[in-house]
Amino acid sequence: MIADFFAALFGVTLALILAPFLRTLINRTKARMAGRQGPPLLQPYWSLARLLRKGAVYSTTTTWMFRAGPVVTLATMFGALCLVPFGGNPALLHFEGDVLLMAYLLALGRFFTILAALDTGSSFEGMGANREAFFSALSEPALLLGVAGLGAITGSVSLSGIYGRLGNSAFLGSHLPAMIFILAAFVIVYLTENARIPVDDPTTHLELTMIHEVMVLDHCGVDLAFIEYAGALKLWALGLLITGIVFPVSTGSFWLDAGVSLASMAVLQICVGLVESLMARLKMGRVPLLLGIAFVMSTLWIMWVVR
Amino acid sequence: MAFFLLLSLLIYLLSGLASLAMGRHPAWGTRIVPFGSAAASLCALIPVLYVLAGGTPVDLRAAWSLPVGSFHLHLDLLSAWFALPVILVSPIVSFYGTGYLRRHDRPRETDACGFFLQLLTGGMLFVLLASDGLLFLLAWEIMSMAAFFLVVFEHEEHEVQRAGWIYLVATHLGTAFLFAMFVLLGSRCGSFDFGDFDGLGGVADVVFVLAVVGFGAKAGFFGLHVWLPEAHPAAPSHVSGLMSGVMIKTGIYGLLRVMVLANDWPAWWGWVLIGIGIASGLGGVIYALVQHDLKRLLAYSSVENIGIICLGLGMSVFGVHSVGPVALFAMAGALLHVLNHAVFKSCLFLGAGAVIQAVGTREIDLLGGVQKRMPRTAALFLVACAAVCGLPPLNGFVGEFLIYLASYWSVLPQGLPSVNPRVGGFVVISTLALIGGLAAMCFTKVYGAVFLGEPRSGCGSSATDPGRDMSVPVTILAALCAVFGLGGSLLMLLVASVAARIHPLAMAAPDMAPLREASAVYLNVTLAALVLAAAVYGLWRLRDRLLAGRVVRTGPTWGCGYPHGTPRMQYTGSSFAQPIIAAFRSLLRSELGGDWPAGYLPGRSSFMTHTPGLFMHRFYTPLFAAFARVAVRMRRIQQGGTHVYVFYVVLALVAVLVWSLL
Repeated sequence: MIADFFAALFGVTLALILAPFLRTLINRTKARMAGRQGPPLLQPYWSLARLLRKGAVYSTTTTWMFRAGPVVTLATMFGALCLVPFGGNPALLHFEGDVLLMAYLLALGRFFTILAALDTGSSFEGMGANREAFFSALSEPALLLGVAGLGAITGSVSLSGIYGRLGNSAFLGSHLPAMIFILAAFVIVYLTENARIPVDDPTTHLELTMIHEVMVLDHCGVDLAFIEYAGALKLWALGLLITGIVFPVSTGSFWLDAGVSLASMAVLQICVGLVESLMARLKMGRVPLLLGIAFVMSTLWIMWVVR
Repeated sequence: MAFFLLLSLLIYLLSGLASLAMGRHPAWGTRIVPFGSAAASLCALIPVLYVLAGGTPVDLRAAWSLPVGSFHLHLDLLSAWFALPVILVSPIVSFYGTGYLRRHDRPRETDACGFFLQLLTGGMLFVLLASDGLLFLLAWEIMSMAAFFLVVFEHEEHEVQRAGWIYLVATHLGTAFLFAMFVLLGSRCGSFDFGDFDGLGGVADVVFVLAVVGFGAKAGFFGLHVWLPEAHPAAPSHVSGLMSGVMIKTGIYGLLRVMVLANDWPAWWGWVLIGIGIASGLGGVIYALVQHDLKRLLAYSSVENIGIICLGLGMSVFGVHSVGPVALFAMAGALLHVLNHAVFKSCLFLGAGAVIQAVGTREIDLLGGVQKRMPRTAALFLVACAAVCGLPPLNGFVGEFLIYLASYWSVLPQGLPSVNPRVGGFVVISTLALIGGLAAMCFTKVYGAVFLGEPRSGCGSSATDPGRDMSVPVTILAALCAVFGLGGSLLMLLVASVAARIHPLAMAAPDMAPLREASAVYLNVTLAALVLAAAVYGLWRLRDRLLAGRVVRTGPTWGCGYPHGTPRMQYTGSSFAQPIIAAFRSLLRSELGGDWPAGYLPGRSSFMTHTPGLFMHRFYTPLFAAFARVAVRMRRIQQGGTHVYVFYVVLALVAVLVWSLL
């Protein structure tokens, strides 16, 4: 019990420290693919440090809602991080239906991000806000249904229970196709939720086609640092849901499990970087179709699991 | 205990009559209604709490002069649970209504409104207590008619007359089905007493269908919901709050009351309820998203929440035939959502009423920046918005959490022969998730367009927060949203006894231990919420600490280099809903129109969207038009001359004679 607690605490601490580094991995991959050298390894940390040292400019249109957005978003990400198991160990907080709390905490953060964007009265941010709201509404069923599929396979209704048992190879044989479809759905949800290509382009924010970046156009300094850090944590927390399926670990050795989890997280980010290098962003009208595909894939497990 | 119930009903009646009689002393007349309501609620609370705490059901029979039916009141766990929202919300709404109507300055209608408000509240309580078919229909009609007179408060306005008319027709069509249902039950069972309806007289399936249609018209099942988006905008805001938050739940109560009398719940009932849940939940939220009228939007959102309740009921039907806690969780979730929806929806309507009264319009796209002028109302409205989206730690999450949990349990491999619960759970999870996402979109639209940004028109430039008489009731409701959310565990314990004793469930899952466990599990959510609150506070302080002593300037919103933006160029509620209109084009059939800019130097241009209710537009309007055409033709036999009617009488007599001879 105590050991589990410290293991989970270790996982959360790792996430808090290493999460910004995931950006480096993605950006380095993209740079290598484009034949560039890429930013320094610790660039995200320097950026955060610089933002934290800045003053602020607030629009006269904004109210406390605008200031609450980044704070609530970061707080909800801390919460979500405490619910996701790391390295086959139970999460800091785990109970039946914890996935619901995780999904709805993300929704709470999104609710405030959207309202903060609308608080500026800017049409650009309104545009980003409504896309974020719409696309996340479409991706939510895929996530929750995918977890239900994993639950049906492993016989558990909590994230820690599910990911703890996935390491048992008994599930692999007959359920392999179901797992693959759930994984595919999760990858699409991952790219959507983290505002990556092919749904969103994280590198520019002055185009009308952007989603997440355009919502935080007016945020600066400390607020922007909070948002960037929350984004990195989200990349980590949702990433664990994917790496836990691909590399389910239960070797028994704590350090080995943690090492495998970290390595698989790095591989995941390199894959994201590869996707970004090899694909263009989808036309905005196509995104609902992509999310529809994710939803369909998250439903297909029923053919192997319920007979 | 029965004494308190009768006293409560009597207080409703007497205080209503007194408010009518006090017309000449408005100061007394307006006070008598809320205080009467509070006193009646307190009286009713005693037996309700007694029954919920495990006391024996309260039963009362009295003399009855009609040859059929009986005066039989019965307060069991189910009635007691549904009485909770009535008791809790109605006095709050009543106090708010006093302040609200004072600002309207229509003394005559105000007196009548007080009377009918008492009649509506008392009628709802009467419906929950009535344990005899005829008595139930009587109570049902009192409630429905009182609501009608409340809807037509501003009776000289054409729109209001139309809304009232639609409500009247809808509610009576529903009642017609209930008549048929009770007559069928009465003829089968030989009495109208609910106690004799055990097993539903062997015609459970027919009765179920009649109940779904009859009670569904009141509850606002999608397809039967057409009166909600008409009546709620027309009625005064506190009446909309009471009708939308509490009255429509009597429909759910009626349906459950009938279902409880059945020996068993066949699986197809579950599919019917889940189908209704999907249609109402998704249809309600999508239609809510595309509305321009604030109160009409809230009315559609009620349809959505009724859908969520139906999803829970449907899962519960499946759960009866499966092992594990599915039935119990789903039923408890549905019942909790009944209570929680009453709280946050009435809070939304009361908050919206305060805004509408201050700015003078219900049109979302004319508003903006209201938060700066009405900060208190805005904060309370935000709490209710987050609650209706089911966001933790507010109360909307509690019921949804249990329904989700039931669905997650139902997909687990349990070695069951039936696939119904597993496929049902699968469907419910995806529907609830989509509803949740779209509801978040809907209510960020409402809050963003109404309260944030800059004012889009001159509407309500001098708006301020309402006085204490209106803001205190809203504050109480918003506080209840938070309290019920944080105290979700206690609510689960309270509902456990109700859900576990609902008749067919009591056979499958006689104990409420799973719900006790779920309530312990929910403590984790409360814990997480407290940690979250601490984190928010800490981060806020951190930001303040970091920014202290640094340059913090203000300036205009960044317009990407374009300095001449006007408030009218902001994203409106309609723009926010545009992806929905595009994505669900075939379902919504929105009408787009206006003058498009043309030529090199375009002049004035305009754009409008309108989404008519599909059922009203494509089904009911043509149907009633066809009825009207037939009726016009029938008029030919109504000549108005006495000799013609004498001829008809003779004709009828001859016909009877011939028929008896044959």
